[in-house]
Amino acid sequence: MSDDKEILVEKVRELVDAPKENWPGGSDNTANLINEPRYLSEPLSADQAKKQMSARSRRGFLVGGIAALTTVFGWRWISDETKYNLYHRAFAFNEKVSQFFYSPRRLAAEFPPERITRPNRLNGDIGMMNQAEVSVWKLTVAGINGSGIREFTIDEIRALPRSEMTTEFKCIEGWSTIVNWAGVRFSDLAAACGLTQETIPEYVSLTTPDKQYYVGWDTAAIMHPQTLLAYEMNGEPLTVEHGAPLRLASSTKYGIKQIKRIGNIEFTSVRPKDYWNQPENGGYDWYAGL
Amino acid sequence: MSMSNDTKSHSTVSVTLHLERKHSLATRWMHWVNFPLLAMMIWSGLLIYWANPVYGIRIFGYELFAFFPQWFYEFLGVPFRLGEGLQLHFFFMWLFAVNGIAYIIYTIASGEWRSIVPLPSSFKRAPKVALHDAHIVKEKPPQGKYNDAQRIAYSGVILMGAGSVISGFAIYKPTQLAFLTAMFGGYQWARWVHFWLTILFVLFFVVHIIQVAIAGWSNFRSMITGYDVIDDKEVSQ
Repeated sequence: MSDDKEILVEKVRELVDAPKENWPGGSDNTANLINEPRYLSEPLSADQAKKQMSARSRRGFLVGGIAALTTVFGWRWISDETKYNLYHRAFAFNEKVSQFFYSPRRLAAEFPPERITRPNRLNGDIGMMNQAEVSVWKLTVAGINGSGIREFTIDEIRALPRSEMTTEFKCIEGWSTIVNWAGVRFSDLAAACGLTQETIPEYVSLTTPDKQYYVGWDTAAIMHPQTLLAYEMNGEPLTVEHGAPLRLASSTKYGIKQIKRIGNIEFTSVRPKDYWNQPENGGYDWYAGL
Repeated sequence: MSMSNDTKSHSTVSVTLHLERKHSLATRWMHWVNFPLLAMMIWSGLLIYWANPVYGIRIFGYELFAFFPQWFYEFLGVPFRLGEGLQLHFFFMWLFAVNGIAYIIYTIASGEWRSIVPLPSSFKRAPKVALHDAHIVKEKPPQGKYNDAQRIAYSGVILMGAGSVISGFAIYKPTQLAFLTAMFGGYQWARWVHFWLTILFVLFFVVHIIQVAIAGWSNFRSMITGYDVIDDKEVSQ
């Protein structure tokens, strides 16, 4: 009787006090301190162990080998065209996710004037080959409430409410510069054309006067408060190479979307073509949203 | 076969070995699935990075090593593939992230984390592991499935994965997630973190391959089959 009790007490002590030591080394082993479980088979003879391990090896390497070969040859078997479509479906999916979480109230950081990058970086001149266009420049806005068209001179643009921002310009290549922009918020131009959030179509198409460079924007991003039709850069009038007389400047898209020398704007419910989205130009993401 | 001098209890049975389950089926699948996914993320990341290759190891303005030399890009055929790099990166990122998140959830829920997470004392034991591995010290610190250096490395690489995804978001949506980008100290610092984490992944991979090669066949096999054969000496306390 007392023996039984002893044993019982011993067992209880074992359960309560002693840490469960599955591994050698007692409390000098992290595995015991952290109570790492251990999964051991029953004791086996050498023959039994060999037999069981061989069976597991055969199965494991067979399944693993098939999986690896399927991945490698499956990937090679898929045509480049199918892959291209797959990636662009992924872009479309990413766009949906981005649109779902998008809020026009979220703004990019603004910077003090001393952070402006000097000298500023210059990149891209597609659609700006004919310098004669600059002197006769006019902005044409089409697709206003259906088929309405309006034209703006640079003075008429300058007469609209002026906005300024010092934001980080981000190139899709990975570099960025801090730039001070002044101009008209795109949303103010839309308002000047009599468009409201309710009546504005889903997309906006923008092209250079010669239509060699063209970008498509979703309305949500172009109506963002940090999207300007800029005519000044770092306190100076926009230079020709930076897109005079009027260009886009935005913290919602990469530089490829911030078209220089805008000649035509069109409000449209059809998704506009975009220069860098064309397969021959690299097949970049149409959305390119930040 | 030499019989063991085990005279305590099972003297009548010729018992010497055990099969030990090392890695669960889920862990093995996620480990091997991660390999091509991470490789794709690094490769496409390189295609993207080429377009603005600004990092290097510099001391007092003197560049010791530029990431990367021109011959390296040309050898791998990297130049002028930014568009393709972005396509790959923004497709495989989902698979990489989903596999990683599934792994973390599984590892926590299954209790497997106990094999991987280091304790504060692990940082004292890990150098002893390194000394033993370098054949400077003969005594091998006691361990569970992994030694303390492995615990730190494997937990570290999981954190690196999380860091890559989070810094990736900070680069991907710096306006919509401006608070996240600001946490990294701005857009270019987020890019810097994203880049160096990738370099650390590559270094981890190199060390991992060397260690696996040194550890030998049965250890490698256990990552395929899940099991390893061990003898009684390794079980006894």
